Amino acid sequence: MKKTKGEKVFNVFNVLLMLIIALVTLYPFYYVAVASFSRSAEFMMHEGFLFKPLGFTLDAYKVVMRNNKILTGFINTLFLLVVKGSLSMLLTIIGAYVLSKKDAMLVPAAMFLIIVTMFFSGGMIPTYLNVRSFGLDNKIWALVFPTAINTFNLIIMRNAFEAVPKDIDEAASIDGAGCIRTLFMIMIPLVVPTIMVILLYYAVDIWNSWFDAMLYLRKKSLYPLQLVLREILINNNTNGMQGGMASAGGDNETMAESVQYAVMMVATVPILLVYPFLQKYFVNGIMLGAVKG
Amino acid sequence: MKVNTAPEIIGKKSFANRLCRDLRINGGLYLLLVPVALFFILFKYKPMGGLIIAFENYSPSKGMLASQFVGLEHFKSFVTNPYFWRLMRNTVVISCSSLIFGFPAPIILALLLNELSNKRFQRGIQLVAYLPHFISMIVICGLITKFTADRGIINDLLSIFGVDRVSYLNYPQYFVPIYVISDIWTGVGWSSIIYFAALTGIDKQLYEAAVIDGANRFKQVIHVTIPGIMPTIVTMLILQIGNLLNLGYEKIILLYNPITYETADVISTYVYRKGILEGSFSFSTAVGLFNSVLNFMLLIIANTVSRKAGEGSLW
Repeated sequence: MKKTKGEKVFNVFNVLLMLIIALVTLYPFYYVAVASFSRSAEFMMHEGFLFKPLGFTLDAYKVVMRNNKILTGFINTLFLLVVKGSLSMLLTIIGAYVLSKKDAMLVPAAMFLIIVTMFFSGGMIPTYLNVRSFGLDNKIWALVFPTAINTFNLIIMRNAFEAVPKDIDEAASIDGAGCIRTLFMIMIPLVVPTIMVILLYYAVDIWNSWFDAMLYLRKKSLYPLQLVLREILINNNTNGMQGGMASAGGDNETMAESVQYAVMMVATVPILLVYPFLQKYFVNGIMLGAVKG
Repeated sequence: MKVNTAPEIIGKKSFANRLCRDLRINGGLYLLLVPVALFFILFKYKPMGGLIIAFENYSPSKGMLASQFVGLEHFKSFVTNPYFWRLMRNTVVISCSSLIFGFPAPIILALLLNELSNKRFQRGIQLVAYLPHFISMIVICGLITKFTADRGIINDLLSIFGVDRVSYLNYPQYFVPIYVISDIWTGVGWSSIIYFAALTGIDKQLYEAAVIDGANRFKQVIHVTIPGIMPTIVTMLILQIGNLLNLGYEKIILLYNPITYETADVISTYVYRKGILEGSFSFSTAVGLFNSVLNFMLLIIANTVSRKAGEGSLW
């Protein structure tokens, strides 16, 4: 097809705009990476964009490695990933499988009651008091049970089970397989792509969440990584503010600056690493939720 | 298996009968649902019951049922609170600015992405644009505080043009722009997915017909593409309006400070400070409930307006 002059100009403009968007999206991450490898004294003196580390050094990471708070935060988050991740996946898969059986008389009612919770909730304070009423206050389980099932994920999973032809399920039960065996031997292998999506959503959620931890945990040894990160990033900043314009301060403070960037790297790199492998799944996932949700 | 042939039973099985049969066949299935049901009862429905403390002077020692009932007193004291109008104004200003600037952004991005002819380049840009959605709020707010600090990169840039260095997060007038711009930065790519999917679902023949009618690319967008994704846009708009006052308090809590409360403090952050930090459980529950009711009314209004205008609705 012949292109008019206006279209050519638009195409060039559009490609340029997209490149600018990509640059604006990626540069902050690049900046963090470069800053974390920079020598802190030089970094403090620097103004404007950074394109390569100012004197390559791993000092900031050495400080991060030696920091016990970050290490325990990391361990706590890993614990949550494994324990809460397994619990969430198990409950979501089993629940979604049952909810996909629309022929069972109680299922439509159960589904309705579950969807209601997406629109109505007790809100922050009743939820907080509820968690405390179970004695979960200041326990890591406060981050596990109250948010074990994400309703949106449950519905995505249910849609996936629903899309499996009924004959497969029925054939299995005629062959004498109970519902647990049917689920694990026959159904689950058929919905692996969706399971991957849900797993990704749960994992990212667990990795990134901090607010519940701030609400329920006072013991610092239980803090997940993000909450430790918050203490380092946000609190450090307010401290600096209270101390006036402390940016040109002594050696300790300049070290803290690049350490802060190194901690951001530690908290972000795992996500950046799994991201390219899983991105082909998650776009399917959001569509699954959107089409029939 | 015993086959029941009695005609009167086949004819009019009562509900109880059908339920019994259903329980016999699907009993095992329902048993599997028990843990999930327990989760929803204990962690979703029980807190809804906890809303009752909005009408009480709740004291933890007496419990929710025995605490003194005070009716709408907490609602009255919130509405007459000196901070009431500031909280309402900030909530409305922040959420409306997010809607006005944040809602069209992913639509525009999806339209522009759709015009890219190189599919590999297109996928590459999408891959990059979705990324910030997966980054933690803590890291994003960390970036915002670093970049807007008086020695941050934004000041470095502006100082070239002779603008004085300021620590932007400490000035109330900059809070809303910072909030809205960073929100677009994190969300635009991810939100564009749904529009992009709707775009790819448009019938190709419509474009061919438009070309035959002499439409150039711009006219194709106006007359084919945008009408094609209109149902998606309307649905998303109703959903967004229905969520308008549920502002992301996590981000505000991370970014605001007493100096910027003037423009940054919204209802949900006020609930957090009053309830969690100061322990006024009943009052803050009432404030939260007030917010939810307003929000729900907005959803109903948006849905009704859309239905009356013939633009489709959620129900």
